[in-house]
Amino acid sequence: MALETGVKEVLDNHYPSTLESVDVAEGEILKAAEQAGFDEEDQHRIGMAVRECMVNAVVHGNRYNRNKKVHVSVSVERLSLSDEKSGQGTRFTIRITDQGEGFELDEVPDPLHDTNLLRHSGRGLFLMGAFMDDLKICKAPPAGTVVTLVKNISPHE
Amino acid sequence: MSVKLNTRQVGDVTVIDVSGRITLGEGSSALRDVLRELTAKGNKKILLNLGDVSYIDSSGIGELVSGFTTVANQGGTLKLLSLTKRVKDLLQITKLYTVFDVHEEEAHAVRSFA
Repeated sequence: MALETGVKEVLDNHYPSTLESVDVAEGEILKAAEQAGFDEEDQHRIGMAVRECMVNAVVHGNRYNRNKKVHVSVSVERLSLSDEKSGQGTRFTIRITDQGEGFELDEVPDPLHDTNLLRHSGRGLFLMGAFMDDLKICKAPPAGTVVTLVKNISPHE
Repeated sequence: MSVKLNTRQVGDVTVIDVSGRITLGEGSSALRDVLRELTAKGNKKILLNLGDVSYIDSSGIGELVSGFTTVANQGGTLKLLSLTKRVKDLLQITKLYTVFDVHEEEAHAVRSFA
């Protein structure tokens, strides 16, 4: 059966800046990922990336500020590929936006560098990139950071 | 399920059986507290059994690294036992798998402290 193509927004929520929100958002996004068709292993990877991103937004971005929210949106796009034999793929896009002061990506230490291996923290962004197919970090005017996490299901999976 | 920690003695090696999730908050702080308590008591041979750990995030990894350096700074050694595939993968992609001394069998791990 052919799947409907196009982009569908499946989640659009604002969460308080608490650690409980990390669990809630992770659970809701994992449910959406399962419905989108991801297998258990990919759901685990998506969950890891979301967790790291939500923790960054709550702890480092909004600094637990009760007046600041974390905005999470998820869209599922059914891709109709030009090569008919390739069938259809799925792009699962998560956007997590905080209201913090932002940071400079260039200033984030490389956690794989020998001198940083034994650091207590600083692996979150790296893990997001490792578990997802695409990771983008942008400033969110007037203040904040928007992190875009993308995971694809290829038609042959 | 949050983290559960059980400490037992095998000869002069202290084994900590960890189960559940080691994540930011209660999970990672509980592990930190146990390791600090053991090193404060003078335990120098510590084996962390992660066989029943279902999930670990970057904060949990940070606690493993912190525990490793805390024990080493006291002249001791912290080793890891029974990693699940997911935890092993996580340590490999963060290049920490070679930092830790990792064992699959408890008896072998205990002997390695000698």
